[in-house]
Amino acid sequence: MDFTSFLIQILNALQYGLLLFLVASGLTLVFGIMGIINLAHGSFYMIGAYLAFALTSLTGNLMLAIVLGIPLAFGFGALLEKLLFVHLYKRDHLQQVLLTYGLILIFEELRSLTVGDDVHGVAIPDLFSASIALSDNLSYPVYRLVISVVCIALAVGLWWLMQRTRLGMMIRAGSFNREMVQSLGVNIDLLYRTVFALGVALAALAGMLAAPISSVYPGMGGNVLIISFVVVVIGGIGSVWGALVAALLVGFADTFGTILLPELAGLAVYLLMAVVLLWRPEGIFRKG
Amino acid sequence: MNPRVVLSFKLAVLAGLVLFPAIGSSFYVELVAKILVMSIFAMSLALLVGFTGLVSLGHAAYFGIAAYTVALIAPEYEAANLWFVLAASVLAAGAAAFFIGLFVLRTKGIYFIMVTLAFAQMAYYIFHDTALGRSSDGIYLNVKPDASLFGWMPFNLDEPLHLYYFILAAMVAVFVLLAFVLRSPFGRVLAGIHSNEHRMKSLGYATQRYKLAAFTLAGALAGVAGFLYAVLFGFVTPDYLSWHQSGNVLLMVILGGLGSLAGAVAGAFAFIGLQEMFSDWTKHWQLLMGLVIVAAVLFMPSGLAGLPRRIFRTVNWGEDDE
Repeated sequence: MDFTSFLIQILNALQYGLLLFLVASGLTLVFGIMGIINLAHGSFYMIGAYLAFALTSLTGNLMLAIVLGIPLAFGFGALLEKLLFVHLYKRDHLQQVLLTYGLILIFEELRSLTVGDDVHGVAIPDLFSASIALSDNLSYPVYRLVISVVCIALAVGLWWLMQRTRLGMMIRAGSFNREMVQSLGVNIDLLYRTVFALGVALAALAGMLAAPISSVYPGMGGNVLIISFVVVVIGGIGSVWGALVAALLVGFADTFGTILLPELAGLAVYLLMAVVLLWRPEGIFRKG
Repeated sequence: MNPRVVLSFKLAVLAGLVLFPAIGSSFYVELVAKILVMSIFAMSLALLVGFTGLVSLGHAAYFGIAAYTVALIAPEYEAANLWFVLAASVLAAGAAAFFIGLFVLRTKGIYFIMVTLAFAQMAYYIFHDTALGRSSDGIYLNVKPDASLFGWMPFNLDEPLHLYYFILAAMVAVFVLLAFVLRSPFGRVLAGIHSNEHRMKSLGYATQRYKLAAFTLAGALAGVAGFLYAVLFGFVTPDYLSWHQSGNVLLMVILGGLGSLAGAVAGAFAFIGLQEMFSDWTKHWQLLMGLVIVAAVLFMPSGLAGLPRRIFRTVNWGEDDE
């Protein structure tokens, strides 16, 4: 492999890892703060991608679709928390698994009923449709770079939100001791709803950004869900920083696993997880 | 409830299953055979989820590994020996469970759920679209295995009725085996781990080994189910290892109510019964299934097996043993 194609693969691994981070960060926050295992998190990624498809056909522009889609996803998440997830906080993991598995079935069928089971493409906005030439016959699409930049900006924003704002402080405090935060006068129900909706919006945004690259297809939520679980297991539940490192590791393992061991393409990520389990069963950055 | 009432109810259900082929059409006999296979699968998972407190979301891996084992080692156009392929499939599933158990049992709680799911997905990728799994469409098992034992043939699996009774016998055998295991000292230790693992550890039990043994046994018994499923339908596909399969069997166990083998069987009947009924109405049957599941969690936290107990309690029938 020459240097240019090596560089392209590194950029691909980064972009894939950063996108995974968007999905996994919401998952790990909801796990860590509310103690909820949410199998339907992959569905939010799928819903985001289909939202991008529907809104792009409506408005004619992906960027406009994303701007419209984020508040929709956030509102959807808040509604879902108010109607269903609020009942799960005191239930055991098994019932959480059960209810969120039921939600997956419902979301998949609603998708099939409204959009159908065909694969759809989403056009890259004209502004980013160019490619950067790296050598005579190799180039790198601008849109993938844009995804990486957006994800990095969001990661910094998330860090700032969690560490430097009052909301982030309340979220961190709430994950340690719910009752104490409540008795200090914080509206913990509203706080939980915000965190959950934020997680939904992040997963949906990842789906919207990925839609032009991966296209939009049935079952896309399931793959992302399982890989995000791997990310959370490697990074440690509740750790946003861990999710970032783990997502990048998974991105590199998957990209270079496919190149170096094409026969076992799907396995590299899981082998990485197995190694981490032997080394640190609670994840690399487990808190508390 | 009175244990005698429970026992006579179980025997009545068994008698119904034995007599069923006399009244049911061949379509329903095959359907009930499928439910019996899934009952074995559900009972094997109940050993982990209901009795040991290990929520595995990757149990389909062992089901699928056993199914692929028989499809891969059976000759293409000849009958394989039933007892040999059965033993090989169950051993393969048990060995996979032992090996994966070494990793996943290092984790607990939410981690355990996620890690079992991830390992099952890894197993899925071993068979999906690889040289070993041949194609993503699956493999046909053209000829049913031959049951002869030292030249004597007790039954013939080409006969749908013989196959039905073979599966029923396997289901009863697994039920009795698990009931026996759960009453044994080993089963009592598992129950102790379920209610308080720290206390079992401080009593000097190597709980990790007990959990690994339970995980391996559950994997091997899931292998029995996977083997029978492959023989019953004559083909295997990577979908047997998919995470939806793991989710569905977990649903059966939970729908039936935890902590009872009969509940797992009832859950298998309820799940596949609903599946058949809904898919008769609409091709979007999973929507209805999803709504039932969500409603069940919100309004019926103790599962189907808790339902008769609740009804009996309301009408105050028989002595209450709780």
